[in-house]
Amino acid sequence: MEDKILIEAKNLKKYFKVGANAQLHAVDGVSFTIKKGQTLGVVGESGCGKSTLGRVLLRLYDVTDGQILYDGVDITKMDSKEIRPIRARMQMIFQDPSGSLDPRKSVKELIGEPLKIYKVCKNQEEYDRRIAEIMKTVGLSERYTESFSHELDGGRRQRIGIGRALAMDPEFIVCDEPVSALDVSIQAQILNLLMDLQKEKGLTYIFITHDLSVVKHISHEIMVMYLGQCVEYAKTKDLFANPLHPYTQGLLDAVPIPSLKAKKLSTQIMRGELTSPVDPAPGCRFAARCPYATDACRGKDIPLKEVEPGHFVSCTRF
Amino acid sequence: MENTKKKGLLDRLKSSRVLRVMFGRKIIVVCAVLILVMVLVAIFAPVIAPYDPNKDDLYNVLKGCSAEHWLGTDSNGRDVLSRIIYGARVSFTVGLVAVLISSVIGMALGLISGVAGGVVDSVIMRIMDAMMAVPMLILALFLGAILGQGLFNVCLAIGISMVPQYARITRGQVLSVRNADYVTAGTLCGASRVRNTLVHVFPNCLSANIVTMTASLGGAILAEANLSFLGMGISPPTASWGAMVSGGYKYLSNQPVIAIAPGIAIMIVVLCFNMCGDALRDALDPKLRGTLGNGSKKRRKATKGV
Amino acid sequence: MSEKEKLLKIQDLSVEYDTEISTVYAVNGLDMELGYGETLGLVGETGAGKTSTALSIIQLLPEGIGFVTSGSIQLDGVDMLNTPEETIRKMRGSTVSMIFQDPMSALNPVMTVGAQIMEVLKIHHPEQSRAQLEARVDEMMELVGIPAKRKTEYPHQFSGGMKQRIVIAVALACEPKLILADEPTTALDVTIQAQMLGLINDLQKRLNTAMILITHDLGVVAQTCEKVMVMYAGEAIEYGTAEDIFETDQRHPYTQGLFNAIPKLNEECDRLEAIEGMMADPTQKPKGCRFADRCKYATAECRAQQPMRQVGPTHYIRCRLFDPMQSAR
Repeated sequence: MEDKILIEAKNLKKYFKVGANAQLHAVDGVSFTIKKGQTLGVVGESGCGKSTLGRVLLRLYDVTDGQILYDGVDITKMDSKEIRPIRARMQMIFQDPSGSLDPRKSVKELIGEPLKIYKVCKNQEEYDRRIAEIMKTVGLSERYTESFSHELDGGRRQRIGIGRALAMDPEFIVCDEPVSALDVSIQAQILNLLMDLQKEKGLTYIFITHDLSVVKHISHEIMVMYLGQCVEYAKTKDLFANPLHPYTQGLLDAVPIPSLKAKKLSTQIMRGELTSPVDPAPGCRFAARCPYATDACRGKDIPLKEVEPGHFVSCTRF
Repeated sequence: MENTKKKGLLDRLKSSRVLRVMFGRKIIVVCAVLILVMVLVAIFAPVIAPYDPNKDDLYNVLKGCSAEHWLGTDSNGRDVLSRIIYGARVSFTVGLVAVLISSVIGMALGLISGVAGGVVDSVIMRIMDAMMAVPMLILALFLGAILGQGLFNVCLAIGISMVPQYARITRGQVLSVRNADYVTAGTLCGASRVRNTLVHVFPNCLSANIVTMTASLGGAILAEANLSFLGMGISPPTASWGAMVSGGYKYLSNQPVIAIAPGIAIMIVVLCFNMCGDALRDALDPKLRGTLGNGSKKRRKATKGV
Repeated sequence: MSEKEKLLKIQDLSVEYDTEISTVYAVNGLDMELGYGETLGLVGETGAGKTSTALSIIQLLPEGIGFVTSGSIQLDGVDMLNTPEETIRKMRGSTVSMIFQDPMSALNPVMTVGAQIMEVLKIHHPEQSRAQLEARVDEMMELVGIPAKRKTEYPHQFSGGMKQRIVIAVALACEPKLILADEPTTALDVTIQAQMLGLINDLQKRLNTAMILITHDLGVVAQTCEKVMVMYAGEAIEYGTAEDIFETDQRHPYTQGLFNAIPKLNEECDRLEAIEGMMADPTQKPKGCRFADRCKYATAECRAQQPMRQVGPTHYIRCRLFDPMQSAR
């Protein structure tokens, strides 16, 4: 039971049309599985397709190619009616808490909206009780019930966002940069809350972020994305103990560590910047910035290879 | 912040930032008061007006200002002041009804256009573009000619000619709002597209439209005056400011007050509505939030350096 | 403190914002000193008053809303608060310049990047010939690592990191004595941030420019700054050299809280120690320690005014937990 796979993506692709004949390869052949009650961290820089991936999983975008299996059921081709009952089981927490909350709704209306749509509560009393319960779960004081989101600060707003996601008791939550807009002291509160909720309710997360230290803290497994592709996929411990892909290494070296003893930032590798994700040439997409790039890296796509049990990397060096 | 318990509507209104910013400027208060006075005058016209506005008095034709007739009489001997007072009814009716017609149709079209997209969007917006290409007054004249005279037809003509601006504004707002995270969040809650549009998209398009409404009230009143001046508006003998200017300008040299007085009435009302519209726009603009100061003129500077 | 001439001397600075809603006390009685060529990291969370401090140094507080209500600012011997606008205008760009967080909005989209660097040079060196200025533009572009031939391109043709390089080139063109860098890398990706911090550090040393780096990221401070000031709710609560802040057991409870709240890349922990509660309300101006409401060591004593206490040769903390060093002062 513990190891039940909740969500599985098989060679998932999402292209956006840009201009007449060009396609932006936002997500380009990504596969992974997430076990129930676990967290998959997705790391990458802006434009690597990590947010698109989250939205594709929730079927907010149509899938270009590939398959999404949710609890063993293929949801890739479902239409909006069929997906409704499944939607109730998956939710999302957004990066910008103020952007994801309708400015014209009170806290109560915001958290209660899914309850109303799915007609969960038999009467007003049950509805009020349910909302009070949710607010308590996410640590919002009851006096904010009638407040509007813009009257509250970022931390409390994000709590509303989490409360709303929890209203339907989902199993799976896509967390799209949920803490990157928050101050560090508040960020820690929200991360703790998310981890407590996972323990309590057995939630499954996909945690999308650009912040390696956050993802290390919260994830069981990590997928590193670069220009729509997965370049490295491993258990958190393995990834940090032994980062294999040059891009992963570069990312780790670039994080400034709040200690004078830590080695100075390495600017040796990762000279350039992201190349365009519009109709990329086949081959390793990191090759242009990679210090180890050879001719073998170009011309054909590099498949993921299992280098050690559970540790996948797509690089010609392995 | 701490005391955000349940508040009554009145309290919300009192603490409303928008109203406070808007009425922080004294000139806007003056405008609002003027509009209010005009509206009251229009409503209580039978009580206030000293004479029957439509009663001819051929013994007292083209009289100047006097104690009996404060603003004199026109070519039929009708009291100009009374006609202006009754004319306010026409002006405000036309203004309100025309704006109501144009905003309801315009917002509906804009909403459909923005949400549906694709062919529907193209068709609606091209029609709107075509309408916009024709000057509003010409369009109203054209529609007025088809529909014929009469209060409601004038409202309809002016209303339809103002539809495109609402449709454009609403569509623009829909496009910026429909991809907002909170609309996505609604979808994730299982909301259907119609529900999402009505609950999340539409209310967030309203504020821009409210501003347009206030400003276009003045425009509608002016359009009615223009139509009436050109003889395409309210049928005589009903008092209308535009028709009064039109009827009075022949006597501009000997009795200027007959044309000028209703002209000034038009000017004041239109100006007041436009000023309020501008103020409302500034107050609602989130980009200007926090940059308007608190209205006080004090400028402080640090005292001498230590 | 040494008798060496200081570049920047701020005493008892207070900044208030009058908005239509209320008065916000952004900075309250801030003291700061910065020598020529020094780097100071100004650390704090949203609403700590970091940006307001920087804006009052360069005298660019939003007009009609932000006011310096007390204190003095001496920059390179000029009293910034009692000097005519004209003189201050000449100092902006040549003596002090600022790098903003968002490179996208800091550049004019309809001017070529070369022209934008040229602009600041023309203002401050009207006597130089066009060829001289052009040469200087080329030099600046190369300095920040962009080929000079790209100076005829427009901002949208550059990526985010490249734009920030241009912004830095504009800021450094007249070799100012002080740069105010307001979260210069927050909008950038980590790998680009690393490049940018390297560049700023390198240029700052090469040109011997002093810098105030405003950030919320303790990691960035550790990598770049010699001195650190931690701000909370408009007050400096801790001030010292990087060693004083990063390698010590004596820290203000808030600073300690910040350190504990960051997930560490280089060590394991199961649960983060969050600082409970929220940022202090900036419209209130309590007499005592502003952090007291969130502080686990707070007592009734904390409600009285807390002075900065010197706890080490260069280390100051505004907290009653620490005994002031007897020998100093």
